[in-house]
Amino acid sequence: MADNKKKNLPPEAQKYQAFQKQRETERPVFKNCLKAFFVGGFICVIGQFISTFYIYFFDFTEQTAGNPTVATLIFITMLLTGFGLYDKIAQFAGAGTAVPVTGFGNSVISSAIEHRTEGFVLGVGGNMFKLAGSVILFGVFSAFIIALIKTLLIQWGVL
Amino acid sequence: MIFLWAFIVGGLICVIGQIMFDVFKLTPGHTLSTLVVIGAILDGFGLYQPLIDFAGAGATVPITSFGNQLVHGAMAEGEEHGIIGVVTGMFEVTSSGISAAIVFGMIGAILFKPKGD
Repeated sequence: MADNKKKNLPPEAQKYQAFQKQRETERPVFKNCLKAFFVGGFICVIGQFISTFYIYFFDFTEQTAGNPTVATLIFITMLLTGFGLYDKIAQFAGAGTAVPVTGFGNSVISSAIEHRTEGFVLGVGGNMFKLAGSVILFGVFSAFIIALIKTLLIQWGVL
Repeated sequence: MIFLWAFIVGGLICVIGQIMFDVFKLTPGHTLSTLVVIGAILDGFGLYQPLIDFAGAGATVPITSFGNQLVHGAMAEGEEHGIIGVVTGMFEVTSSGISAAIVFGMIGAILFKPKGD
């Protein structure tokens, strides 16, 4: 696909793209992955501690403990985002902070805080899911299709 | 022991995300959407629950579990009420994440002022 795109560009643009590619700084993939691994793993360990806490003190089972854990992590994210610390961690860790549910919470909360100057209805309300909306859309739509296929297969006695 | 597996599995899922960032040059939005869809597909084949049993929070904290929970809720209702249940049960299991994000987002917007930098 990239080659097709290139053919349609004028020669100057092609030259520029080659030049840009040459000048682009190599991303330190391995180092980034290592950072993402440790920070992401660390967040999951914190999640595991919270889960264990809910299982022992609030009578949640291992199956249901995931829900309060996620809520607690998002609460912590709110504090970190509000005090401007989450951005700093995210700059260091990349996907390590984006992939856990804290990244989802951060995208919602940071857009809510960012747009509060435009008012609570149009600013906060309208922009809250600006970044997280795509996650919800594709999650819900794919889950709908998968669950629909599975339900139909069960009804027809295939599964 | 589950803490160690939570660390390793959760870390590895984040590495997959980082590789999608760096090697495939996807935006965070594309990466997270893809991971959610992967989670949903894995649960469709019944593979996500074993991962949760094995790694605990290592599997429930990454965003992939959002897709898994959506399918889970939809399937649980779908088994009872058929196709209508698929729609009505969608958010049954996963409501905590979204409700928490909305509630804490609002509280955050009330409490905190946007930072300049």
